[in-house]
Amino acid sequence: MREPASPVSIGSHDYERKEEKMRKYIGVVLGALIASLISGAFARAAEPIRIGAIFAVTGPASFLGAPEAKTLEMLVAETNRKGGVLGRKIDLIIKDSGASPEKAVSFAKQLIEEDKVFAIIGPSTSGETMKIKGIAEQGKTILLSCAAAEEIVNPVAKWVFKTPQKDSDAVIKIFQEMKRMKISRIGVLSGNDGFGNAGKGQIEKLAPQYGITIAANEVYDAKASDLTAEVTKIKAADVQAIINWSVVPAQAIVIKNARQIGIKVPIFQSHGFGNIKYVQAAGAAAEGVMFPAGRLLVADVLPKSNPQRELLIRYKKNYMSFCSGEECSTFGGHAYDAYTILLKAIGQAKSTDKEAVRTAIEHLKGFVGTGGIFNFSPTDHNGLNVDAFEMLTVKNGKFALLKK
Amino acid sequence: MLRSGACARSACSRSLHEERTKDLEFFFQYLVAGITYGTIYAIVAIGFNIIYNATGIINFAQGEFVMLGGMTAVTLHRFMPLPAAILGAVVLTTIVGAIIEIAFIRWLRRPSVLRMIVITIALSILIRETALHIWGESVRSLPYFTGSSMTSFQWGGVYVSPQILWVIGIGVFVVAALGAFFNLTMLGRQMRACSANRDAARLCGINAGNMVTLSFMISAAIGALGGCIICPITYVQYDSGTPLAIKGFTVAILGGLGNSTAAVGAGMILGILESFSIWVLPAAYKEVIAISILLLILFVRPSGIFGSAEAARLKDF
Repeated sequence: MREPASPVSIGSHDYERKEEKMRKYIGVVLGALIASLISGAFARAAEPIRIGAIFAVTGPASFLGAPEAKTLEMLVAETNRKGGVLGRKIDLIIKDSGASPEKAVSFAKQLIEEDKVFAIIGPSTSGETMKIKGIAEQGKTILLSCAAAEEIVNPVAKWVFKTPQKDSDAVIKIFQEMKRMKISRIGVLSGNDGFGNAGKGQIEKLAPQYGITIAANEVYDAKASDLTAEVTKIKAADVQAIINWSVVPAQAIVIKNARQIGIKVPIFQSHGFGNIKYVQAAGAAAEGVMFPAGRLLVADVLPKSNPQRELLIRYKKNYMSFCSGEECSTFGGHAYDAYTILLKAIGQAKSTDKEAVRTAIEHLKGFVGTGGIFNFSPTDHNGLNVDAFEMLTVKNGKFALLKK
Repeated sequence: MLRSGACARSACSRSLHEERTKDLEFFFQYLVAGITYGTIYAIVAIGFNIIYNATGIINFAQGEFVMLGGMTAVTLHRFMPLPAAILGAVVLTTIVGAIIEIAFIRWLRRPSVLRMIVITIALSILIRETALHIWGESVRSLPYFTGSSMTSFQWGGVYVSPQILWVIGIGVFVVAALGAFFNLTMLGRQMRACSANRDAARLCGINAGNMVTLSFMISAAIGALGGCIICPITYVQYDSGTPLAIKGFTVAILGGLGNSTAAVGAGMILGILESFSIWVLPAAYKEVIAISILLLILFVRPSGIFGSAEAARLKDF
């Protein structure tokens, strides 16, 4: 897709080891000379700040990675148009991992060791993030993940942050709503990917605290073409509500099949449902589905007093004009937050010293993002709590705030 | 599943009776689900069989024909009514099928099986990535032909979506039409002759090259038609062809390669097995059950359930 070619740098390390020592010295001396000449000549033009990004632009998680990459491209262009940050432009390198953890690992190494990036934004999925967590720690490079799983920041790793809301908070939000509706017997369906598994674990862990019994608990294939049999099993369990936890298109099939076989109980979805395409795909069956989500999807109907409102409407408008009419999803917002947090921290640290910026992020308070109001601390590298979520529903094919 | 009541028989014979009716209802609901899966698999499998019959090769880009059909129909539906959009999608995909054969397959002289596998896999990647560039990564769907995504016919406690009936109806029609074409028309017989013995067919004055092109066109058309009719159920995305192709291929092998009627039977067997495996086991084991049974059948009957061992011996693979 729109992956910008990464600049190839040829340094002295490319010379073969077998070369004579003398030649190596001459090379180094020459290189240093040239470098000093160049830096002397362009002393005024400050070197750009290089930021790496690893997104699943293509492949099974492209619905996450593609809007994230587009958002970042849009924001970087905007920053550079305005003259950059601390008088320095931003040089963005986006790597398309295709949601493959192996690729994410090699890209992370490449970005840190060869491209010497200042920070990495991404990856899009939890599986990839967990694989490169250690690499960022070792390379002492800030990693701002756009993936949901709580384990990314719990336990806290010094250099690793994440911007999406925690899945545990989403589960709590759903359970609070269920308690209000006096629901105590539920069926759980989850996709067989990292997001589905993590959510299923949180549901199982938190259900007893809210007095909720899980009467049926099934995992479905993310690539399934029809799920009538799976929902029939849920129907047989005679439940009061269904939680369908997934981030892939198959989650929309579940809703449709459930309604087709005459299941009339409320359906709750995860925050992975926050993509209007899923509502369009499920059609009439999606009406009344409830799910927790950031406020981006309902920016237009937020009360004027909401601190996020202005930012959300602006992001929505800019994204639409940047992507020729494409509607934005909450996922692009995660990249938006990661980037603006990083820029804010650089501004506050007034330097591009990695350690100083990292500390600045840890001390950001009341930072308004698309995902919520971030309050970071040395023990909380996510900075969001359950209030970042709003309970949404689908009304006339559109997202709307759930009326209580 | 029968839950043995802990209560005395006389006290709750009525509830036991109710339970039995419920179980029967669920039985039929799982059956309906299985038939749905089976029809979707079968309609993809038929496409594999046509090209196999004409050329003796497996076209691994078959799933991409299905995806292309669905995607094109969704796009065309914005400008025209549904039947016209489907027709347009089928025609366009047929043209793509013809172009692919002419550009990549026709000029090969006696290609080995392995080479053809590599070529068709490469083609499937090519089509998929092109689709990603054209349509992006978002999921799309056609509206239900009858009613909406919530409509269903109801018999007792058993619900059937009208779209399933559309898929079954069109599937049956396609199989019947293909049967008639290959057995009753001159063109169909010529195609079969090419597949039986290309040199002999050529000696009889049949243009073998054109027959292969035609087979690609027919299987592209059937793939596209299948893609359109299953699209409201399964949705379509640039990469939705591959998982469908895997299932379709499985079914084609299970039934015996080259036999479209057998593909329908095998599709039903696999679909119903998958569906009932969910009834008794956690849904996560669905694929394991299906593939284990496939392996088992292939160990016992390598030529497929309905395939003839003697005919299989005469083929390359």
